[in-house]
Amino acid sequence: MDVAITVNGVLRLDEVEPRLLLVHYLRDVLALTGTNIGCDTSSCGACTVLIDGESVKSCTALAVQADGTTITTIEGLATDGALHPMQRAFQENHALQCGYCTPGMVLAAVSLLDENPSPSEGDVRQGLEGNLCRCTGYHNIVKAVLAAAGQPSSSTTEVAR
Amino acid sequence: MSAVVGTRTQRKEDPPLLTGEARFVADVGVPGALHLALVRSPHAHARIRAIDTAAAAAMPGVVAVYTGADLVDEWADAMPCAWPVTADMKNPPHRPVAVSEACYVGDAVAVVVANSAYEARDAAGEVVVDYEALPAVVDLEDAASDRVVVHADLGTNLSYTWELTPQPEAVDAAFANAAHVVKERYLQQRLIPMAMEPRGVCVVPQPFAGEYTIYSSTQIPHILKVMLGITCGLAEHKLRVIAPSVGGGFGSKLNVYAEEVLALALARRLKRPVKWIEDRSENSQATIQGRGQIQDIELAADASGKVSAVRVHLLADMGAYLQLVTPGIPLLGAFVYHGCYDIPAYSFTCTGVFTTKTPTDAYRGAGRPEATYAIERAMDALAARIGVDPAEIRRRNFITPEQFPYSSGAGLVFDSGNYARALDRALELAGYDKLRQEQRDQRASGSTKHVGIGLSSYVEMCGLAPSRVLASLNYAAGGWEAATIRMLPTGRVQVVTGTTPHGQGHETSWSMIVADKLGVPVDDIDVLHSDTAISPSGMDTYGSRSLSVGGTAVFLAADRVLQKARAIAAHQFEVAEEDLEFAGGEFTVRGTPSRSTPLAAIAFAAFTAHDLPDGMEPGLSETVTWDPPNFTFPFGTHVCVVEVDEETGAVEILRYVAVDDCGNQINPLIVEGQVHGGIVQGIAQALYEDAVYDSDGNLQTTTLADYLVPSAAEFPSFELDHTVTPSPTNPMGVKGIGEAGTIASTPAVMNAVVDALAPMGVRDVTMPASPQHVWDAIRAARGVTP
Repeated sequence: MDVAITVNGVLRLDEVEPRLLLVHYLRDVLALTGTNIGCDTSSCGACTVLIDGESVKSCTALAVQADGTTITTIEGLATDGALHPMQRAFQENHALQCGYCTPGMVLAAVSLLDENPSPSEGDVRQGLEGNLCRCTGYHNIVKAVLAAAGQPSSSTTEVAR
Repeated sequence: MSAVVGTRTQRKEDPPLLTGEARFVADVGVPGALHLALVRSPHAHARIRAIDTAAAAAMPGVVAVYTGADLVDEWADAMPCAWPVTADMKNPPHRPVAVSEACYVGDAVAVVVANSAYEARDAAGEVVVDYEALPAVVDLEDAASDRVVVHADLGTNLSYTWELTPQPEAVDAAFANAAHVVKERYLQQRLIPMAMEPRGVCVVPQPFAGEYTIYSSTQIPHILKVMLGITCGLAEHKLRVIAPSVGGGFGSKLNVYAEEVLALALARRLKRPVKWIEDRSENSQATIQGRGQIQDIELAADASGKVSAVRVHLLADMGAYLQLVTPGIPLLGAFVYHGCYDIPAYSFTCTGVFTTKTPTDAYRGAGRPEATYAIERAMDALAARIGVDPAEIRRRNFITPEQFPYSSGAGLVFDSGNYARALDRALELAGYDKLRQEQRDQRASGSTKHVGIGLSSYVEMCGLAPSRVLASLNYAAGGWEAATIRMLPTGRVQVVTGTTPHGQGHETSWSMIVADKLGVPVDDIDVLHSDTAISPSGMDTYGSRSLSVGGTAVFLAADRVLQKARAIAAHQFEVAEEDLEFAGGEFTVRGTPSRSTPLAAIAFAAFTAHDLPDGMEPGLSETVTWDPPNFTFPFGTHVCVVEVDEETGAVEILRYVAVDDCGNQINPLIVEGQVHGGIVQGIAQALYEDAVYDSDGNLQTTTLADYLVPSAAEFPSFELDHTVTPSPTNPMGVKGIGEAGTIASTPAVMNAVVDALAPMGVRDVTMPASPQHVWDAIRAARGVTP
């Protein structure tokens, strides 16, 4: 089947098998391997991407279902060599260790703040319930999201490296 | 330049991980790679009568289908177990693909090779296996009775019995003379490590060169290289193992797995690249599990609660086969069942038992969480028996600061500690007296919600390890670590480490150590690791060893670089080496500040070799291999406050306070991160996680929908502090911190849960303390039979 999907600002036209999962389309067809796969039951959230601005677990959607949408993956978040404020907050607060859940966690957090720009700690914890992390104990992830919420959303900083 | 060590330096690892640039095994792109799908036994125990692969082989995209019998000639040796804990340990033959009998659900019985992962999966479903089901044995005591034997050729399920009783008479005398004997049985449920990245392997052969590059999601590329060579009969120097970004391990990737061996053998056989990526259900069945013990612990104490002896007997679930270090895991706890207490008489016995379940092996803490759980629960039981506060029973028994170095009844020498100080700080931070008052008030109010306060004081042995000690335990490898520091001509620095991080931030921490030693900015230092062609020598990352062993090797290599640089600088200034001082990255002639030279200039001089002292080799690169003289012994006290609803059985964590002491800290940001993550994994055992098998040996919790890895919503933020008691074992005075949180938190939570329910007569709750288990415990205490 033919699909037309705008991914990270680029319109992609592809013919895909009907059964192809969106996450495999992103990873195997578009070579956007930043989106990770952590489970097969949409439980872990590692594969979270933004479809038309909303966080979606891309292992649970078929590529054909994304036809006509606009998708942001982790590769599309940093712009002009500068980390997105959420990415920067994650680094500043040591909100990642192995980094495998991180792309999905960051995008879920971006979506969370879009819906609720001034969340309480409880809101953040409830809002990230669908994204599992095995390393950080969530403490610093929650801290990072709250820190990012305190920043003007337009600010960006050079990649610190 | 001010010191970097000790500051909260942000990680240099983060930008690639935050942007999707990082490459995990699944992201490694190899043109023409074939994909594997394993056919796995749906039976816990079954004879393989016949396998029909014809239909699968005819499926689109399928290159080959192999049964275990087709592959027997590929193996030069069995799957490795590197820890034969006793001379008579029974170790059943273990092939990557079972030949005649499957011994757990998930045991591989055939493999499909196809052009794509989808096609391989499709075809795996078409392989027809004729099984003759055999009886399963799931329960540990049932298995120990040999009612059903897993491996008929062994004639028993008992793999080994290992004993550590240095002075049996002293133990007997202590129990004979005790005013109180506390006798407890605790169950350590099986846990599934569930690293967020499942395993994966990709093997790229160069058939005419006879070389193989193996990308694996492993904690142990160096050990894996040796073992792959032995198992597949390939020359080790033709193998290169690369662990790219690895998405967490927690011990589950400290192993040599069937799929790694199989991918290598099939790349050799087919002369094509081969890739296998595990899915989550496979991960829960075919990756090792942790814990799985029945613990019987007895304490002998005098009237005041001073403990004189501890006696422990374990039944430890090996699962169906012995993986890399399966039998040794309980032994890692064998030396710390006395906890942080001065208990002179010591007896430990462990029997390893086969069951028809997934093999067990190292899972975060590996033996030490189990030990700490048993002694910390038993100390609370003792406190209840003699009617003193749990904090007081601990104070009465602590090893005191003056006793260090402390020779333990189990035969170790504890390096340093001040256990009472950590306890006091934790109680202060928690507001312990006020908490107890609030608890009394709530109890008096007749509420159906019950606050519980739980303490856990722990000490662990980590930093594996002195090689001679490992030898005495029959561990088949050493415990040293290697580091090379290479000054490049431009003054930049390469640090090569044999440690293999998978989330722990070694690139940052090792850079900080070198930055301070050499006076070079952190950003001018690169840390190379996890590729056996780049870092040929190492013992990898596990057992909270990386900093205290590998970091020390880095520290010492920097000393050697400075030693040679000093000789070059002295030669150039025509002064004696003693007349030079080194600070801020520069050598200066003492008393003559105008005569100075930066280390970068010395590095360039070493590169050009135009003017070096007579006989000196060019270059400024030094290697150190360091074997530690002892383990390190981090410690601390955690306090957990829970509220238990007697009507629903629900447990909520209200507060969690942790005071840990890992000696001097290189990067407090990273230390705290390790503690946070460890606490959550330990709480997860206490309250949520359980690898549930039915009586036929079917794992019921094969997905993250069934196996309850907790989310952010289950926790409050944690309250952390630390004390600093440097270790005399290494020059930086550091101790491990990777496992401490996991070790401390499980008993803190369970002591809190039991404390909450104590007025109802509850003395124990089966882990995980789920609403059902809590409710069962309350009903049992009320005399209601389930």
